[in-house]
Amino acid sequence: MAKAPASPPPAVPARRKALADMARLAGGAAACGVMLAGFAQQSKARPAQALRPPGALDEKAFLSACVRCGLCVRDCPYDTLHLADWADGPALGTPFFEARKVPCEMCDTLPCVKACPTGALDPALTDVGKARMGFAVITSRETCLNLQGLRCDVCYRVCPAIDRAITLEPTHNARTAKHAIFEPVVHADACTGCGNCEKACVLAEPAIRVLPLQVAAAAQDAHYRRGWEEKDKAGQPLVDAPLKLPTRLPGQNGGAP
Amino acid sequence: MSTRSTAYAAARARKGLWQASRVLVLRRVSQFGFLALFLSGPLFGVWIAKGTLASSMTLGVLPLTDPFVLLQSLAARRVPATTALIGAAIVTLAYALLGGRSYCAWVCPVNPVTDLAAWLRRRLGITRSAKLRPEWRRWLILAILAVSAATGTVAWELVNPVTALHRALVFGLGYGAMGALAVFLFDLLVAQDGWCGHLCPVGAFYGVLGRVSPLRVAAPRRAACDDCMDCFAVCPEPQVIVPALRGERTGSGPVILAGDCTLCGACVDSCPERVFRFTHRFDTRTDASAVPPSRPARAGRAPSPPDALERSAP
Repeated sequence: MAKAPASPPPAVPARRKALADMARLAGGAAACGVMLAGFAQQSKARPAQALRPPGALDEKAFLSACVRCGLCVRDCPYDTLHLADWADGPALGTPFFEARKVPCEMCDTLPCVKACPTGALDPALTDVGKARMGFAVITSRETCLNLQGLRCDVCYRVCPAIDRAITLEPTHNARTAKHAIFEPVVHADACTGCGNCEKACVLAEPAIRVLPLQVAAAAQDAHYRRGWEEKDKAGQPLVDAPLKLPTRLPGQNGGAP
Repeated sequence: MSTRSTAYAAARARKGLWQASRVLVLRRVSQFGFLALFLSGPLFGVWIAKGTLASSMTLGVLPLTDPFVLLQSLAARRVPATTALIGAAIVTLAYALLGGRSYCAWVCPVNPVTDLAAWLRRRLGITRSAKLRPEWRRWLILAILAVSAATGTVAWELVNPVTALHRALVFGLGYGAMGALAVFLFDLLVAQDGWCGHLCPVGAFYGVLGRVSPLRVAAPRRAACDDCMDCFAVCPEPQVIVPALRGERTGSGPVILAGDCTLCGACVDSCPERVFRFTHRFDTRTDASAVPPSRPARAGRAPSPPDALERSAP
């Protein structure tokens, strides 16, 4: 039965077909992936009025940790938090609040942080006073009643950290030349961004708004050092004392008349 | 294709309405029961399960987290807090034991939507369908994890119609309903079982878990099969039935082992000969005494498997 060897097995075309098939599937998945990646990048652009709950990681880290479960929303006793729908702006399904609608009431017990299963709201935050949801800024000096010389003071009065996060700084009223202006000034070391000031502003369009930290509270460049702070740290002047010149008043130190 | 429009008819005639729709009724009870656990709080103030299917807390003690969502977070190089890790471990273990894609048939809120589309297809006699490959969804899993890693986001949750529909139902948001509507139209008009059977990466992920599941559907009375094809017509993953049902010739066991099987039990309900039943994966017994009924050949029956079968051929 000596026959010529059978014609080459059709393994190569079959393998080629399988590879082509695989390339087709992989190509389709890659195409979907590229579109999804574009969408994912776009989702990082959070509108300025949408604030994250207390303890939220910075936006980039937050979007890698939040699973959009809504547990923080459920445990918020003031219905401050909402899950983002399509047209809301923040990434779909993530929790946010708008200070002008319902501000954060800064619960001492931080129920939203405790409810978070993933740590997207950082459990290391135990003192709500250390939360940094945003930073309040007088965005409209032209309309703020206090800056016109009136005594509105509402943002200052409602601030949960009154006299620390917002202080009233008296300055001269140049318009009347005889009154004072009590300017509301926000301090970054105490403002949590809860938004009570923005909510309470009596104007139809608030003159004070809470803005995201990356917009409103820039970090100092690391290489800057403040001489007066360094001096306190060192406990002594950092440079030699300036020359002491003699006082040359008439009749003193035997100076010339 | 009379096969599709008359599926269940023979089963009803032979077994009665209850036996021909028992699993379906149980499934609907399960699906709406899971939804009710989440809705009793917002509707009546009785809090049982809080959160959504992405992550939830039941009665304040049982954390559950969707492992596919967690995997995306890990791909984005974020190690979640312990609660989420424990929750995902519980869910992974539960579905590895209880069938994997049983999530799809018994829990997922999109399933009633796609079931409705499939039912309408049968009723309206829509047989045209775009040809999609079931392997697609597994490639999508890879693509999604790659995108999560590249963008540092939980990427699929930006578009996932499954969790979006659940969020919509539990929290009253609009997009989830839109996504589900899109899935419905796609399944009804574009591709048969298009979403759950070919595209959904969530189901595909649970399908991977289900490969080791002890709970399975089997065809112990396969000798009684008279090739009526009703099970193929109603099964959302018809390719999984073949090895178990036709295994006598090829030497395969009667248990449906494919991870793609959603354990929906449509084959159990629709089979007039009671060929299928729920069992465990080591139950390889077959009923040798079963014989096909000596019925006259029914007119209009398709002599060969419907095109649904060929979809799975490589």
